[in-house]
Amino acid sequence: MADIPKRNIPGGNVPEGQHPSGKNEEAGKATLSRRRVLQTLAAAGGATLVGASAEVFADNKIKGWPDRKGMLTDLTECVGCRTCEKACNRANGLPEPEVPFDEKSVFEKKRRPTASAYTVVNRYENPKSSDKPLYRKVQCNHCNEPGCASACPVRAYTKTPEGAVLYNKDVCFGCRYCMVACPFYVPAYDYESALDPRIVKCTMCHGRVKNGGIPACAEACPVGAVTFGKRSDLIRAARERIRKNPDRYVDHIFGEYEVGGTSWLYLSGVPFDRLDFPANLVEKPLVEQTKGFLSAVPLVLTIWPALLGMCYASTRNKEGKE
Amino acid sequence: MKEDTIAKEAGFPVRFADKLLMGMPLSEYARTLITPFNIVAMIILCIGFPLIGVRFAKGLAAVTHASNEYPWSILLGWGLFSGVPLSATGYVMATAVYIFGYKQYHSLVRLGVLTGFMGYLFAVIYLLIDIGRPWRIYYPMAVSYGPTSVLFLVAWHVATYLTVQLLEFSPAILEWIQARRTRKWAILITVGMTIGGVILSTLHQSALGALFLLAPGKLHPLWYSAFIPVFFFISSIYAGLCMVIAVSTVAARWLRDKADHQFLSNLDPQTVGLGKAACIVMFVFFALKLIGVAHDDNWALLRTPYGIWFLAEILLFILAPGIVLTVGVKKGSATLVRWGAFHAVAGIILNRLNVSILMFNWNLPNHFHDIIPPAREVAIVLSIITFHVLLFRWILNRMPVLREHPDFPEGHG
Repeated sequence: MADIPKRNIPGGNVPEGQHPSGKNEEAGKATLSRRRVLQTLAAAGGATLVGASAEVFADNKIKGWPDRKGMLTDLTECVGCRTCEKACNRANGLPEPEVPFDEKSVFEKKRRPTASAYTVVNRYENPKSSDKPLYRKVQCNHCNEPGCASACPVRAYTKTPEGAVLYNKDVCFGCRYCMVACPFYVPAYDYESALDPRIVKCTMCHGRVKNGGIPACAEACPVGAVTFGKRSDLIRAARERIRKNPDRYVDHIFGEYEVGGTSWLYLSGVPFDRLDFPANLVEKPLVEQTKGFLSAVPLVLTIWPALLGMCYASTRNKEGKE
Repeated sequence: MKEDTIAKEAGFPVRFADKLLMGMPLSEYARTLITPFNIVAMIILCIGFPLIGVRFAKGLAAVTHASNEYPWSILLGWGLFSGVPLSATGYVMATAVYIFGYKQYHSLVRLGVLTGFMGYLFAVIYLLIDIGRPWRIYYPMAVSYGPTSVLFLVAWHVATYLTVQLLEFSPAILEWIQARRTRKWAILITVGMTIGGVILSTLHQSALGALFLLAPGKLHPLWYSAFIPVFFFISSIYAGLCMVIAVSTVAARWLRDKADHQFLSNLDPQTVGLGKAACIVMFVFFALKLIGVAHDDNWALLRTPYGIWFLAEILLFILAPGIVLTVGVKKGSATLVRWGAFHAVAGIILNRLNVSILMFNWNLPNHFHDIIPPAREVAIVLSIITFHVLLFRWILNRMPVLREHPDFPEGHG
């Protein structure tokens, strides 16, 4: 509640981007935490009208973290060497895989991130030239407004100012709704674990980034297919590449707008659905899908008691007349 | 019906033991337990319960089909998504009698509330087996709040409503153990609890549907709709009505000696009356499903195989039982209404399984292969269903649910 007085910070009055970034960030934080406090109250069932106004604030004031970082995967560069998989495995202390990282036979099946691999590379046939296969690196896309975070009933997910979407196993009780909600089928669950299961997914090497480093996969990539940087810069760079090489790329930066935009962006030489990117995504953040329903909750909580009380009174009234 | 075989002077533990054994000596009670039904039930429990142990020893992977693509298996598809609408019995009956004043259904309220309470209790049991760290189940209530989550709402409401239903059913328990003074207090809160129950039910029944709003690309468009919360809520109303018909039919047949004359003699007209209400709601639901198709302009999808399956669901499992119920009501035939009610209950289960399992991830390769549950998971579900039935029977055998307690006439408060 202590954050509420901060609402007068002039974040909304000044054109975006003209603030020193630190100050802007503080304004964003104040708005965020105010929304959280209000929503907690509303959802707990008490402050119904406050809940409705929190929705209004959420729409108008939150622009996300302006300096958030991102990654750009240029799928036309990727040669399928799996060096990124190996670097990721080492950087995150994951268990050694059964099949070594230089083994190409893994490409015979389509793989996905699992409880022991944050990222995997899959091979696809190239419609342009059959002797030069295409590769796609798969990992968490670190959405701007993540579906997993909207789904989590215990707020185990956080979108950090640095761009990574982080998971906190200390509050998770293992309902796996985040996995239902993720449009990219990213979060993996440790189904083998009886009493200590957790969600496993890419952290965009948040610790390394915090210390001024770059994610392990980007650092390891021998052909520069994975670039780390400020998301807004990466989008500009990706546009530039498409403009300079219109024959090399399809005119689409995957992740710029999908489900409200993701921190991880992709360029491709073939339409994205050829590489199993989901083609049926909405452009709005997923949280928008449930907003209408959740807004109706306080209305039901307020109106139903009166309505049902009236029905009861009417019944009693009739009984009295009989 | 022996309510009291031991003199009042005996101490409470002695009297309570007598109640547990239904007034029989232990040896006689043990003999009554050896029936073909109980033997089959025991066999199912002996297979299923150790498998629940396997889940807690080796993880979900050892017993369910759940995977990274299919996080929710039939433990939830059946136990939560089908179990909760079928447990709408409590709020439907309590509202009809206490709020709308349909007193002629009074003798069915306790059965409705008990069915609802047990349904929610077992939904939570399925949940405790399914979630990764069941001992943290109270976290959304006390440790870390995720108010943007529809599941946050479901967690709060199911927990609260379970308590509300226990309070609603408490007069029966208190009559059973003859706690007169406490019972008076329990009766006083009836109307308040009923209204609270409707509010909670409206919200969490619809919320179970709203959970899938977050997965627009994963659930087939014929089942995914902005109206899905409304679908789930409206269909829960007739699910509750038809379950009361179904459960009372079963109880009146196999536990006839535990029911009093009032219960048995009123049952047929009550069944027809409930059928009348149910068929109206079913036609509303059928119309809503069509509006759902129109709203998203999904008519073209009806020609696909999935469309045929959608049509089969709404024609054979919503419209058809609705018509059976209508004919039964018109003819005043309780038997026909009962058939319609069982059919409608099957339709509800099909609808919830369609949304939560059959049509979820419909566009993944190998979909229909990956959703087939392993025998172990089926055995777990069967053993929990069996335990559910046994516990339900245990209560009906002892507490005044199908009958009034002689010491508490008009006691169904």
